[in-house]
Amino acid sequence: MFKQLKLTAIAAAVVAVTGIAKADDFKPAIIFDMGGKFDKSFNEAGYNGAEAFKKKTGIEYMEFEVTQVSQREQATKRMARKGADIVVAMGFAQAAAVEKAAKANPDTKFTIIDMVVDLPNVQSVVFKEHEGSFLVGMAAAMASKTGKVGFVGGMDIPLIRKFALGYKEGAKFANPNAEVFENMTGTTPAAWNDPTKGGELAKSQFDRGADVVYAAAGGTGMGVYQAAKDSGKLAIGVDSNQNHLQPGTMLTSMLKRVDVAVEDAFTSAKNGTWKPGIKVLGLKEGGVGYAVDEHNKGLLTAEMIEKLEAAKADIISGKIKVTEYK
Amino acid sequence: MSETKSKFGAPSKVPAWVSLGLIPLINLVAAFLISGVVILIVGDDPIKALEVLVYGAFGYPEAVGYTLYYTTNFIFTGLAVAIAFHCGLFNIGAEGQAFIGGLGVGIAALYFDFLPFWAVIPLAIMLGAVFGAGWAYVPAYLQAKRGSHIVITTIMFNFIAFSVMTYLLVEVMINPSAGGSPETREFSDHTWLARAPEFTGMADSPLNFSFILALLLSGVFYYFVWHTRWGYEIRVVGQNESAARYAGISPSKNIILAMIISGGLAGFVAVNELLGVHHRVLMDFTGGYGFVGIAVALMGRNHPIGIFMAALLFGAIYQGGTELSFEMSNINKEMVIVIQGLIILFSGALENMFRPKIEGFFKKRQSLSTAEV
Amino acid sequence: MTTNAPALELRRVNKWFGAVHANRDISLSVGRGTIHGIIGENGAGKSTLMSIVYGFYEADEGEIYVNGALCDIDNPQASIEAGIGMVHQHFMLVDTFTVLENIILGVEGGNRLAGGIEKARIELERLEREYTLEVDVDALVGDLPVGLRQRVEILKALYRGAEILILDEPTGVLTPQEADHLFRILNTLREQGKTVILITHKLREIMAITDHVSVMRRGEMVAHVATKDTDREKLAELMVGRSVLLRVEKEKATPGADLMTIEGLNYIDEDGVARLKNIGLTLRAGEILGIAGVSGNGQSELLEVLGGIISPTSGSIRYKGEELVKNPKFNARDLRKIGLGHVPEDRHKAGLVLSFSANENTALGYHDLPMFNKGATLDRTKMVSACETYIEKFDVRPPDATLKASGFSGGNQQKLVLAREMEQDPDVLLVGQPTRGVDIGAIEFIHKQLIHMRDQGKAILVVSVEIDEVMSLADRIAVMFDGAIVGELDASEATEQRLGLMMAGISDQELHVSDPEGEAVS
Repeated sequence: MFKQLKLTAIAAAVVAVTGIAKADDFKPAIIFDMGGKFDKSFNEAGYNGAEAFKKKTGIEYMEFEVTQVSQREQATKRMARKGADIVVAMGFAQAAAVEKAAKANPDTKFTIIDMVVDLPNVQSVVFKEHEGSFLVGMAAAMASKTGKVGFVGGMDIPLIRKFALGYKEGAKFANPNAEVFENMTGTTPAAWNDPTKGGELAKSQFDRGADVVYAAAGGTGMGVYQAAKDSGKLAIGVDSNQNHLQPGTMLTSMLKRVDVAVEDAFTSAKNGTWKPGIKVLGLKEGGVGYAVDEHNKGLLTAEMIEKLEAAKADIISGKIKVTEYK
Repeated sequence: MSETKSKFGAPSKVPAWVSLGLIPLINLVAAFLISGVVILIVGDDPIKALEVLVYGAFGYPEAVGYTLYYTTNFIFTGLAVAIAFHCGLFNIGAEGQAFIGGLGVGIAALYFDFLPFWAVIPLAIMLGAVFGAGWAYVPAYLQAKRGSHIVITTIMFNFIAFSVMTYLLVEVMINPSAGGSPETREFSDHTWLARAPEFTGMADSPLNFSFILALLLSGVFYYFVWHTRWGYEIRVVGQNESAARYAGISPSKNIILAMIISGGLAGFVAVNELLGVHHRVLMDFTGGYGFVGIAVALMGRNHPIGIFMAALLFGAIYQGGTELSFEMSNINKEMVIVIQGLIILFSGALENMFRPKIEGFFKKRQSLSTAEV
Repeated sequence: MTTNAPALELRRVNKWFGAVHANRDISLSVGRGTIHGIIGENGAGKSTLMSIVYGFYEADEGEIYVNGALCDIDNPQASIEAGIGMVHQHFMLVDTFTVLENIILGVEGGNRLAGGIEKARIELERLEREYTLEVDVDALVGDLPVGLRQRVEILKALYRGAEILILDEPTGVLTPQEADHLFRILNTLREQGKTVILITHKLREIMAITDHVSVMRRGEMVAHVATKDTDREKLAELMVGRSVLLRVEKEKATPGADLMTIEGLNYIDEDGVARLKNIGLTLRAGEILGIAGVSGNGQSELLEVLGGIISPTSGSIRYKGEELVKNPKFNARDLRKIGLGHVPEDRHKAGLVLSFSANENTALGYHDLPMFNKGATLDRTKMVSACETYIEKFDVRPPDATLKASGFSGGNQQKLVLAREMEQDPDVLLVGQPTRGVDIGAIEFIHKQLIHMRDQGKAILVVSVEIDEVMSLADRIAVMFDGAIVGELDASEATEQRLGLMMAGISDQELHVSDPEGEAVS
């Protein structure tokens, strides 16, 4: 059995080497962080982007889901060694691993989402979540009848505070008297996947008078949307377009086009247009935004959309400055 | 009638090879058989999966490095849980103690890095152990003096540890130039522990000097538990508390001592992870090692040699499991967790499923042979 | 079923626990509508026997007949179905449930509680009326005093249709008034045709309430008598036994100086129960003081206090002129260092760590002495060699210092403990139950060792529930009852009858005058 194993190992190595040799044999790879690719949020958006690429080009991609901290480095290095042309690393936590792997494999392209790694073969994609959150904050304040809106965050980390701050500013912009309730689900990674607690937090905000609540909390958001539906209030989705989850009570979704970023990274690497450096995706670049579709047609009125579009233009032109939480 | 009621870690009365070799092996085989069925159900080849698992754990030097790196963590937590077992205590808090140990390591490596390596590394190791021990002290005190059940308090202390560390990482120790990732700046490189030397072929793996520390501590553990009067007292308290009182051995003093040592050992996970691998304090570095340590200690029958074997097994399963998710598309991380879970289930929770029958078999044989004599 | 068959009949019931023959050829016949007492010392096998009847244990041999029909009772359910109910010494009640809930627990009559509860309430009210058991069925059991909880147990048994009711040491936890009420209830039960079996070691109860009494000793049934044909002295004699006295060869003691003087010693336990009441004793060099008494009358607590394991509530213990109470040295470890050895009553519970090897047990309590240490570490070689010396001197078998303590027989385990304590050459040795569960050969050996130690001028305190043992070993005998010393006498003056009565709480003086508490022989 061991002999056989050795043979397969050698064969695998040979395949890997020839894989690099052939230029047209394109091999993309993606590494999901803890939480996993079906987290209904950030990682899943990356997965959707990779799937979209696969559908369009028919090219298979390699993937790995991190479960231990030390696997991040192991997986990035491993993908490089397996001859991946581009490795997309999902999430800020992978920065250290990408840095090490990129230094060790200068010929491999790396794209990291949500974080900056300054190396000649790394592309860093970051989003201006605060800009998108600003717009949905406006939408929330405009749709609110009580003048009170809520925010449910996942784990209490700076990234989520960035969402919260933009949201708050947007709400105040639309209605200077608006009151914003802010709750974080927890301080452990479990906060990303605790729909029960998300629902409880949303309900408590409803009890305090809120009638629109925005969830930036991964899987926890499911509970928030359900609670909104049960109480006849409105909810705002996050990352991908989640309007379809509870049609009729989803005011809109703050779009963070991680899927587009991943697909772009794969496609540009394949076409040879991939460039290292920092890609900041804001409203201007279409990296963030708000969702309008058949599920929230009646909720976002034309008048509201008009105001949102005006604010969007002002943010792009710099007339409105949205504070970025640091 | 009831004085033979066994407590945690109480030795049994069958030959050592049965207790230490045969029973764990049978448990393991049972776990693999059921895992195989699960793999069959998802439409993969269990034999191939086993091959990949073994190859991934031991097939090439880097894999061995990773396996031993995981083993290091499991030795630390296994010993930590075992010393508590020897005192009749169930320390579920190794996870939190390791996390807080990381705070100690971090404080030394971040704020005392003006010291030369020969001073800052021992300081960091010491602080890691001291912080872990301190975190175990509170539940130990509550158990010893107030009778609050240690299982409950250590579980609660895990939550508190996570909250405290998240707060510190997000608000206090965060590296402002890291773009909001809740982690500290990188330690200065003279605080790093040496990695495996180049000639071993494991230099690329996270295996580091901590492995040597783990082996050293295993030796110290053996010596302490069976060859010092402190270890003796801990074992008396663990095996028979009223005998301890009769002998003038204070149960509460020893409960606290055992838990402090336990927490200190758990703190070494932080040494391996932070000083050896990540070179920064970050979230989640404890990775469940504290909980697996319970299974390691149970499987290893609270003896350093057994713990080493069990830690190696779990290290191999972790690394082999990573290989499985790389190589076999149907086997995703959930499946690997199922396999790991089955092994923990069979060797930990269901440990007593086969044991009575096997022991009964050997006891019967024994009594038959003595009857013949 | 024949109408004049006895309610319960046992034929040649045998039960072993390992090597211990707990019940030997027990035959018993209990007439319907009577109160039948079973009396015997603790450890005589009464509780085991009743546990067999109730199905907790299965008899290894023998038959049980209920109303003349052979019953195969292998679990409590079978016993309940046969109409047997049991009230245990320790109540089996859920404190946070009401009386009603406790009573229907296990016989709810369906998955939905409501209907069953109402039916049960009506039935219970009838039972309460019939047997004058006044209990509020809606009270929480946790709020009830002990006496009422016991009535709940009785109700529980009756509700399950018990015709034969077994009460195991029912008055152990009751005040005299509660006990009297209980007896009235038992009388009512008898009048209503129920059969009651009362297990006790208290003579007063037997005389007060029973129709017949069976006496057990050392696992055997030694007598069946009608209560009216006997008296307390006769029963005490039967209970304590006239088995061959193991006479120990010994010279008359030549007592020397007072080594330990105990005065006014009181101990109140965590539950507020006074376990030791004003104890006064003197241990003299070259003398064995024996403490006789039925177990559970404070002897264990006395040993634990003197051994430094628990602190007395008040009183004085002077050792070689030094006051020990409130002295920092007054703990088990330091007392050993100043020459106090202690062989505990229960070698499994306290004297040994069964999972440790013999040599590790050799160091128990002495593990920080230089003789077992080398610098900071425990010296295994010294432990093994010390243990081997002990094994040789005390003829422990098998002579293997590395064998686990659990691998030795009871007698050899006891020798290991005795060796450990005696070989440290203490000036005062406390010995609890020196030969409990020890075979005859070892008993003789252990007795000789104790006498030998006495002859070397040591003071020895022997606590034993074996009256023979106390009589043959001790030079002076004190009798304990209910936490107090009933009396003290010279061994030469002691007779079994005299001691037996004192053990029942009747002092010498009381024997000859009438007893206001009804303790005396009627």
